[in-house]
Amino acid sequence: MIEIHELTKTYGSTTAVSDLTFTVRAGAVTGFLGPNGAGKSTTMRMILGLDEPTSGSVLVNGRPPRSHAAPLHEIGGMLDPRAVHPSRSAYHHLLAIAQTSGIHKARVDEVIDAVGLRSVSSRRAGKFSLGMSQRLGIAAALLGDPATVVLDEPVNGLDVEGIRWVRGMLRDLAAEGRTVFVSSHLMSEIAQTATHLIIIGRGQLIADTSMDEFMATAAPTAVRVRSSDQDALVRMLRAPGVTVTWAADGALTVSGASAEQVGAVAGAAGITVLELATEQASLEDVFVGLTQDAVEYRAAI
Amino acid sequence: MTAIPTHAPIPVTAALPSYRQPERVTQVRVMRAEWTKLRTQPSAYWALLTAVILVVGFGIGYSLLLVTRPPHGAAMASFDPAAISLSGVQLAQIAVGVLGVLLVTSEYATGLIRTTFAAVPRRLPMLWGKAALLAAAITTVSLPAAFAAFVVGQSILSRQHLSVPLSQPGVARAVIGSALYLAVVGLLGLGLGALIRNAAGGIAALFGLLYGLPLTAGFLPGSMAADVTKYLPASAGQAVTSVQPDPTMLQPWTGFGVLCAYAAVLLAISAARMRRGDA
Repeated sequence: MIEIHELTKTYGSTTAVSDLTFTVRAGAVTGFLGPNGAGKSTTMRMILGLDEPTSGSVLVNGRPPRSHAAPLHEIGGMLDPRAVHPSRSAYHHLLAIAQTSGIHKARVDEVIDAVGLRSVSSRRAGKFSLGMSQRLGIAAALLGDPATVVLDEPVNGLDVEGIRWVRGMLRDLAAEGRTVFVSSHLMSEIAQTATHLIIIGRGQLIADTSMDEFMATAAPTAVRVRSSDQDALVRMLRAPGVTVTWAADGALTVSGASAEQVGAVAGAAGITVLELATEQASLEDVFVGLTQDAVEYRAAI
Repeated sequence: MTAIPTHAPIPVTAALPSYRQPERVTQVRVMRAEWTKLRTQPSAYWALLTAVILVVGFGIGYSLLLVTRPPHGAAMASFDPAAISLSGVQLAQIAVGVLGVLLVTSEYATGLIRTTFAAVPRRLPMLWGKAALLAAAITTVSLPAAFAAFVVGQSILSRQHLSVPLSQPGVARAVIGSALYLAVVGLLGLGLGALIRNAAGGIAALFGLLYGLPLTAGFLPGSMAADVTKYLPASAGQAVTSVQPDPTMLQPWTGFGVLCAYAAVLLAISAARMRRGDA
């Protein structure tokens, strides 16, 4: 579990993270979303005990991150997959990390097998593709069998097969009761895996919600309709709570009424319906809309 | 004809077993990790190899040169045959100092330092581990190099009956002191690297400390120049590498102690900065 309380981080006059409070629970994959520069990486560095909060607190598994006696068993993190010595082999990179906690060589081989780097483990890590580097970074995070896993943009640069693998692995880690906290700047990367969402923009919390709740409340549906007499239909649809707007191609976008209701109104008035469809705003649209607001709100101050 | 596209093989992944053996981070374990890093960092081999070549090669070269032009009269009185054969240390100090800088700045440059600090949250065991291994590695390599340079150098100088035996007072100390001097210069580099966190800046600071400071001190008026210079890192440390008593230098082990103090202060400052704050 990760507990973040009134967390603020400033670098000089720049505020990277401002008064964040949220909890990441065990047994679920929590997505950490926000546009680039929103403060995700800064927050993750503080969770890993690398950056010192300006104010506020971070607890990982109930303790400040730097106070764990067996850190690799508590928190496994990946911030930058390219953070390797370029001429050191993947195996020796992992071995050096493992040795700090007295983790056996056999475990290093296990994580290498688990991320599928067996055939390249003796090659220089600097020659790795971004996808291979991501796998190496994830391997390092899993060395100590950690209770909490924190990954910054883990599917960035992966091919389709790799993305599918990461998703499955994240779900498995959560199913084993671990806390899994995964950042992304793309909703689509997270939507299929995360069951909970933390969304930030400009360093501030925008949403702390379950995925189901987010989909239900944040993604309103609209009805798109084209008919033989659009002007008449607009008059017929006029009702409290219903808004009708013209789309660029002459169709009407109706919100506040279902497709059945719109169809019934048109039928009753003898208007021929040419096209009738329910449109759901994509999660990506909702996410962009949410974070856009935050950016504008901040800029207005 | 177009080439048939080849597909990269899909990595084979295996299920990851659990590993329920929470173990503590200890200084010894961090040393083991740092040893793995050191022995898999090619620049370490190059730096140490360069140091050996400079110590041995320059010592032999200078001895050969002196044999053709032996000193006479007054020059003979201050002639230090051991120092001639150990003169390569003056150049090798660059190689080992740069190694010290790179050992820590390479982690900052790649971002590996964050992985290291996440694994070792108290951070300082990493610095002490690097310092101990660096000093041990440099001493291990430089001691035989200094002995080789001395033995070969003296055998060359003996052709003109200019050589000194190892048993002569101060000679063995100068040979061993040369290796120790190089080890501490390595630590100076490590301290500067940890403080400045950037290879170019660290190496520049190292040059400033070893060569820039004596040059600047030379501008001081009268006897002040000599008084200040003998306390600067390079001249203080080199007292332990010379056999002939030199009035412009500190006593051998006093000088070496002053050099060690510089390294200790630098490491302490960088440790204070490393322990707190952002990685």
